[in-house]
Amino acid sequence: MLIDPMETQLPGDPVKAIERPQVVTQSLLYLDGVSVSFDGFRAINNLSLIIAPGEMRAIIGPNGAGKTTMMDIITGKTKPDAGDVIFDGQVDLTQLDETSIANLGIGRKFQKPTVFEMHTVEDNIEMAVKADRTVFGTLFSRHSAEIWRRVDDILGIVRLGDHRKRPAGDLSHGQKQWLEIGMLLAQDPKLLLVDEPAAGMTDVETGATADLLKDIAKTHSVVVVEHDMGFIRELGVKVTCLHEGSVLAEGSLDQVSSDERVIEVYLGR
Amino acid sequence: MMLTRFLFEKIDRAGWVFLVLLGIAAVLVPVLNLAVPPGSMFHVSNTAVGLWGKYMTYALLAIAVDLVWGYCGILSLGHGAFFALGGYAMGMYLMLQIGPRGVYAHPTLPDFMVFLNWQELPVAWWGFSFFPYAMVMVALVPGLLAFVFGWFAFRSRVTGVYLSIITQALTYALMLAFFRNDMGFGGNNGLTDFKDILGFNIQSQTTRAVLFSLSVLALMAGYLVARAIVTSKAGKIIIAIRDAEPRTRFLGYRVENFKLFVWTVSAVMAGIAGALYVPQVGIINPSEFSPANSIEAIVWVAVGGRGTLVGAALGAGLVNFAKSWFTGAFPQGWLFALGGLFIFVTLFLPKGILGTFTDWWRSRQRKPEPPAATSASQPAA
Amino acid sequence: MNASTRYGPGIISGRLRPRPYHSALRGERIGYVGALSSCLFAALVSFFLILAGPARAQDNAALVQRFATESFNDIVGAVNGLATSGSPRAAPVIEALRDGRLVYRASDRAVFIRRPDNSFVNALTGDPAADIGTTRPVRLNNNVRRAIDAAVGALSLLHPDPARRISAAEAVFKSRDGTALAALEAAIGQERDARIKTLMEEARAAVVVANPQASEADRIAAIGIIQRRGDQDALAMLGSLPATTPPLVREAAESAAVGIRRTLAVWEAGQNVWHGISLGSVLLLAAIGLAITFGVMGVINMAHGEMVMIGAYTTFVVQQVIRTFAPGLMDASLFIALPMAFLVAGAIGVAIERLIIRHLYGRALETLLATWGVSLVLQQAVRSWFGPTNREVTTPSWMSGSIEIGHLAITANRLAIIVFAAIVFAALLVFLKRTPFGLQTRAVTQNRRMAGAMGIRTNWVDAFTFGLGSGIAGLAGVALSQIDNVSPNLGQAYIIDSFMVVVFGGVGNLWGTLVAAMTLGIANKLLEPYAGAVLGKILLLVFIILFIQKRPRGLFALKGRAVE
Repeated sequence: MLIDPMETQLPGDPVKAIERPQVVTQSLLYLDGVSVSFDGFRAINNLSLIIAPGEMRAIIGPNGAGKTTMMDIITGKTKPDAGDVIFDGQVDLTQLDETSIANLGIGRKFQKPTVFEMHTVEDNIEMAVKADRTVFGTLFSRHSAEIWRRVDDILGIVRLGDHRKRPAGDLSHGQKQWLEIGMLLAQDPKLLLVDEPAAGMTDVETGATADLLKDIAKTHSVVVVEHDMGFIRELGVKVTCLHEGSVLAEGSLDQVSSDERVIEVYLGR
Repeated sequence: MMLTRFLFEKIDRAGWVFLVLLGIAAVLVPVLNLAVPPGSMFHVSNTAVGLWGKYMTYALLAIAVDLVWGYCGILSLGHGAFFALGGYAMGMYLMLQIGPRGVYAHPTLPDFMVFLNWQELPVAWWGFSFFPYAMVMVALVPGLLAFVFGWFAFRSRVTGVYLSIITQALTYALMLAFFRNDMGFGGNNGLTDFKDILGFNIQSQTTRAVLFSLSVLALMAGYLVARAIVTSKAGKIIIAIRDAEPRTRFLGYRVENFKLFVWTVSAVMAGIAGALYVPQVGIINPSEFSPANSIEAIVWVAVGGRGTLVGAALGAGLVNFAKSWFTGAFPQGWLFALGGLFIFVTLFLPKGILGTFTDWWRSRQRKPEPPAATSASQPAA
Repeated sequence: MNASTRYGPGIISGRLRPRPYHSALRGERIGYVGALSSCLFAALVSFFLILAGPARAQDNAALVQRFATESFNDIVGAVNGLATSGSPRAAPVIEALRDGRLVYRASDRAVFIRRPDNSFVNALTGDPAADIGTTRPVRLNNNVRRAIDAAVGALSLLHPDPARRISAAEAVFKSRDGTALAALEAAIGQERDARIKTLMEEARAAVVVANPQASEADRIAAIGIIQRRGDQDALAMLGSLPATTPPLVREAAESAAVGIRRTLAVWEAGQNVWHGISLGSVLLLAAIGLAITFGVMGVINMAHGEMVMIGAYTTFVVQQVIRTFAPGLMDASLFIALPMAFLVAGAIGVAIERLIIRHLYGRALETLLATWGVSLVLQQAVRSWFGPTNREVTTPSWMSGSIEIGHLAITANRLAIIVFAAIVFAALLVFLKRTPFGLQTRAVTQNRRMAGAMGIRTNWVDAFTFGLGSGIAGLAGVALSQIDNVSPNLGQAYIIDSFMVVVFGGVGNLWGTLVAAMTLGIANKLLEPYAGAVLGKILLLVFIILFIQKRPRGLFALKGRAVE
């Protein structure tokens, strides 16, 4: 860990690049044969998944299907034991740490809303806004009007303008979800990984969230993990069902939900 | 211009009170000590000047500890090591100023080296008779050690209790090392019997009063630097790291670099505090590296209120005042009191004196008015 | 702040400093083995005396009668004859002769010994003899005296007490006195104890090597025997050959010395490993409770060292009570102290958990500070109660002494501590793997929230775990009271080393603690001879600081999503 992986590993391994199939360079995110196990338990088992640029994808699957672990692998929190994770056609994500991956343009919203509770709402957004992220850059950063305009915009989008001076810890569960989505937007990533955005929301809020995500998907690639089938239906995108760490079925929600195996997994026999 | 803007934008009310009081003390105490005759009720005794000067350096150490612990969540059980290293750098300068006035009257070598039968000055001592070099070393040695240590530790994501334990191991290892005679820093006895500093007699009351004022100024400067850091955008990131380190990473910040920065700045501050401490107490020895010392510095910050800077300095003053009083009145009671203080503060006063007071003040003010905006950079715990 | 006392150089710095290597070795060989073989020998001797009774008696009669003469030459002959005879009467007769107390009756040449109270005993039988009539003293001159001196040495070689024979053989080995050769040969011929016989042969070899008159072949063969002995004395013997020694002999001696040094180095490394294992056991005892609480609750108990200290003081109190009320139980005092220490330290641990740590759940760093406060209070309490000075704890008789395996000196107290540590470790292992409480503890270690959700009362588990960890620290205190000073600072001396073991070994796996404790113990003892105690310790601390960078969670870390 002594050498900054950003400097040594980019851009990719040239030998590997030659071997890569066409699909890799065309996809934004390419997972192939990824496996990881914890003390013998296979959380992800030979998982392959391709997300095209601009695509929005919904991931479903019962508890323990490996949805969150998959996101951990993409964002660098967990290193896979085997398999390729290629971003943007050329970057091997398995060689990078969380910071580098975030800076490549992959943003993540956690299953349990994770915001900086001691900071105000606007500070949370300000820290997320795309800007100089070095120590000295932030140390001597001036109060930039451009950044704050962006903060105002995002606060408007996620409807937290009235709460901007409150500590984020004081927000309700749903508001924290929105704040986190706002932080994601502020990062302006190429790919958004959104883990259960509708959890703990009222129906109205859920609908608004779906609209917001659809809006975001116009300009970004999005991967949404969700249990709420109504929410997924509202998104109206391609669905991937995970089970025991690998892909069980893929297609439209209707196709997937009529798949025998999916029904078996969800309902049992 | 930038400074004035900084002063008016970033210093809170407690900070202003703190700075003004310190400014007054820096001027008034030497005057009351030197110009007012000893009989007068306004006279400040020589002992008091020495004691308060010592508290000032402790307060600076406390601010350094608060910067890493209160704002960045790094509980260092080894900050005493940086303090002691700064102290040793100063002590080495003072030692070489003794010159031929030592017991053995050797023209260049300090007494303990003559005693050990050494023929020449070890390399580590070269240049220390030159004051500016010694002052650079005061900052550089602790800073460099902190940088190297932090570089490894933060990159490997050693956090929490593990980090605390290895910082303790660090200062413990240094203590053992400095106890060894062949390290060349005076072994057990350390460095002492200083004669003068920059040509001024170190025992003279004027020198001591000046050292007091310098300590106060250093404390003010330390506070301003720390305040500048924690109120900047980098300060927000540092607090974010304290509260949710992994989340900060996912936002794209290099957590290890931010930690390393605060850690190193803090170590340099501690080193400067140590350098001011040594001429005022007249001795530096390996027990300053003792892990117990470092932990004691933690309790100063905890008592005053971590994440408040002013509170940390206040805590250092209060606890040490209590210590001086106890060791006079009930010497055997001090450890009971200190141990009890650790327990009491962590259980019942997690925000410390200043934090608790600020909360109370705010809630009192809030009643008549609509909810006031809370300061972004004022962490609650 | 008196750091030097509070953080005195810890265990690694040499509280378990080995005794000077070979003095312990030689001394104890005699003590222990001697006692055993002397019983055997006495039995053997009496057995043979019964078998060969009459014949022996006649020989002795002839030998003793030779003193009844006026000729100095005959007396010298008699002294030599008796000295090499192996007769049990030789020593008293020759001693009496030396002191001028040997007399004979001219009429029948019967020899008597005059006792200090002027009564007489028969020199042959040792029976009191009344009314012996006119006697003459056996005469002495310088020749006779020289013969007597040689005979006393030779007699020791034939003495019934094996310890005397051993020391006599050792004396000859060191003096290389040529005049002892004849006596040695005689003694070797009679010796029935193989070990003592070997010693005597070595002594003879030493005499031969040092003898300029002996042939080169004999001397070189003798060097071979000395090399087989292979200890520091042999090395000294080979190194002190006179300058006139022929080159061939000298070369043989030098190569033998090299061989001995090599063997000794191996033994010494072995001895260091042994000391390392013993230090590792102490570290294991001190750290394992810490590792359990850290593993289960994620908090570092800074007062853990004080639990050890309290265990040691419990031992002291138990012994005081025993001394007052039942002095006969002293040898069993440790077995009484063990459960007491476990209960006392465990109870204090539970109290700390219930009163303080419970309220700081999830705030590991605050817990660290609060328990540091507890440690200060406990230290000062013990200091006020028992005084700041060291307290004397008695070592039971079965824990003193030592045995020797090859050139390894194995002292009983070290052995006892190693065995004790092994028992504690095994018991804990069984406890955690085989009992319901152990199952719950492991569940909480791996995933606290899940365990809580499954109905495990995590706060009970916490309290019991803390009590268990503290209780084990108390047990460690009993063990440490046997090898270290019992003072209020006892715990502080061990706490940093215990932390090192825990962070090195990782948590959640007792084996990690075992491996870490043994690694640190042995590495420390192997480093010590080269780097010195303090520098060795510094090197280890630096090693651990670096190691943590590579494995931030220790050797045996838990993995998985639940860890974060």
